[in-house]
Amino acid sequence: MSAVKNVTDDTFEAEVLKSDKPVLVDFWADWCGPCKQMAPVLDKFADEHGEKIQVAKINTDQNPETPRAYGVMALPTFKVYKGGEVVKEIRGARPKRKLEEELAEFL
Amino acid sequence: MSDVRNVIIIGSGPAGYTAAVYAARAELKPLVFEGSITAGGALMNTTDVENFPGFPDGIMGPDLMDNLRKQAERFGAELVADDVTAVDLTKPVKEVTVGGETFLAHTVILATGSGYRELGVPGEKELSGRGTSWCATCDGFFFRDQDIAVIGGGDTAMEEALFLTRFAKSVTVVHRRGELRASRIMAERAFANEKISFVWDTEVVEVLGDDRVSGLKVRNNKTGEESTLDVTGVFVAIGHDPRVDLIRGQVDLDEEGYVQVDSPSTRTNLEGVFAAGDVVDHSYRQAITAAGTGCAAALDAERFLAERGN
Repeated sequence: MSAVKNVTDDTFEAEVLKSDKPVLVDFWADWCGPCKQMAPVLDKFADEHGEKIQVAKINTDQNPETPRAYGVMALPTFKVYKGGEVVKEIRGARPKRKLEEELAEFL
Repeated sequence: MSDVRNVIIIGSGPAGYTAAVYAARAELKPLVFEGSITAGGALMNTTDVENFPGFPDGIMGPDLMDNLRKQAERFGAELVADDVTAVDLTKPVKEVTVGGETFLAHTVILATGSGYRELGVPGEKELSGRGTSWCATCDGFFFRDQDIAVIGGGDTAMEEALFLTRFAKSVTVVHRRGELRASRIMAERAFANEKISFVWDTEVVEVLGDDRVSGLKVRNNKTGEESTLDVTGVFVAIGHDPRVDLIRGQVDLDEEGYVQVDSPSTRTNLEGVFAAGDVVDHSYRQAITAAGTGCAAALDAERFLAERGN
């Protein structure tokens, strides 16, 4: 089973905003090529770092409210939520090594 | 360090995967570094591919790449979705490093393709993902009922503009020349679309906006006159540059920075190093020509190995 958790508009508050651990949320959609290319990268990232940071993904096509509320205008967008607040934002796909560099403070 | 392989292929667009299919069928057991987020290449960001021969109804770019990938895998190509971080191609045994691990091969096929070009104007980077985008299929959805601009005059720009009309209220194509470089069929489709208008002989000076794009400062390069376009989205499609950072200083490049090959072969200046696809080609740049040169590179590598008795 993948360590990546699927969240929705309905579960976002409970699973992300109220999480004890920091949560890396991947805003994605089916039509987005780079999002698909990112999926295996995130799976690996979650397997390795899941204890320190929860990885979650939200399908923006089926869950339009959360991306709207957080001003997402590009896919993929990654946001780190800690204590209900956005503490880090990364826009666009990148290799795992690069992602780890940028998120070093959470790992 | 590992055993010396017959062939390592770097890249996974139509060129890389086609080279993999041919090399695998020749029982060369190719090792393919597909790239992590670039796996599948430029076609991963397209929608309908209408001109790849053999698909009379067209095929989606990502589906085409998925098919090619499966075909390579079926014949025993070893596919690795990771990024090559360094190479040494100058010696008879080539070294290809991925993170902490180095792989050896008698031949290397370079199929790293190209990356999108940036405008290089203030505001562009800062507002990337905040209204500036290079991928209409990814981000068009967020610009429903908005006025947006597409920068560029080639086929990609027309494809982006046409795709964006599904969402946008209006699409303004800003092009630095007085006529399009796009193919006639794409240009005519764009001209016929009533949501699309054109601003000619005009260059972007600055992408405006604090937290998100609020406009575009442009200059007419004939009159020098500056004006502002009221748009909330900017899609950049002004072309591509070959991805040659890995090999710069080892493999000869031409004046425009593309890998130089001994045409019509795919041989580079280095023995045992071949190149195919968009990293070589600045004139055709089609999926089918990339696949064609990928095939040629695999055959060239196979012959090179046979002559050397590997």
